Amino acid sequence: MTTTTLAGAPVEVDSEGFLTDARQWNREMAPEIARANGIEQLTDRHWQVIDFMRNTYLETGSAPSIRSLGKASGVPIKELYELFPKGPAKLAAKIGGIPKPRGCI
Amino acid sequence: MSDTIEKVSIIISKGSLEGIYPGLIMANGARMEGIEANVFFTFFGLDAINKAKHEHVKVATVGNPGLHLATWAGGVPGVSSLVTRQLAHEMEKLDIPPIPEFVEMIADSGAGLYACKASVDLFKLSSEDFIPQVRDIITVGEFYGLAGGGQIIFT
Repeated sequence: MTTTTLAGAPVEVDSEGFLTDARQWNREMAPEIARANGIEQLTDRHWQVIDFMRNTYLETGSAPSIRSLGKASGVPIKELYELFPKGPAKLAAKIGGIPKPRGCI
Repeated sequence: MSDTIEKVSIIISKGSLEGIYPGLIMANGARMEGIEANVFFTFFGLDAINKAKHEHVKVATVGNPGLHLATWAGGVPGVSSLVTRQLAHEMEKLDIPPIPEFVEMIADSGAGLYACKASVDLFKLSSEDFIPQVRDIITVGEFYGLAGGGQIIFT
């Protein structure tokens, strides 16, 4: 675990760059994490996915599967991969400041 | 070779439920990690993309010592369906989709789905028999061409 600075604030991240404490995150950090992961501009559609991931995590204690992300976020699977080519669940979790999803599906 | 995997080509060669799912999970998991993925369906693995059969894939209850079921019991009519139903129920709880939905999900994730030409010829099938997400019916040589620069996983 290392400490890094996002949007001017110190945060704890794991070896892959996921925040280890979701409470340290704020929305100003998201564009910076996104750019570091190859997403130049966060659109409303990106935010819809990020918010869904984060809210599900905060409510249930675990991130949604890609299946429920496709069904319940309002963004279908095809578009999820267009928005987050390097892995929708993984990247949306990273940008939204929650731990890396541990599910296999 | 790089120490990260950038591309995988997965071969699904078996037509039982436990023969098909591992390859699908590997393919979906690859896409979830942003890894490029192709899935090549061969022999009875073709059932996973066969419109008439993909909803009816069953657990092999005979010749499957992992089930710890007496061989004679596995052969009793209905046992295969029963075990399949139980397993499907357990999988649904873990949010693992049924095969038709799972295959569609994998196609939507951008993975390429291909049918093996030799098997298609052997079973006298054509592209009409497959779900529309199947990109092509290809030869082994073409498969190796597609798999270039990545890892091949046989299941």
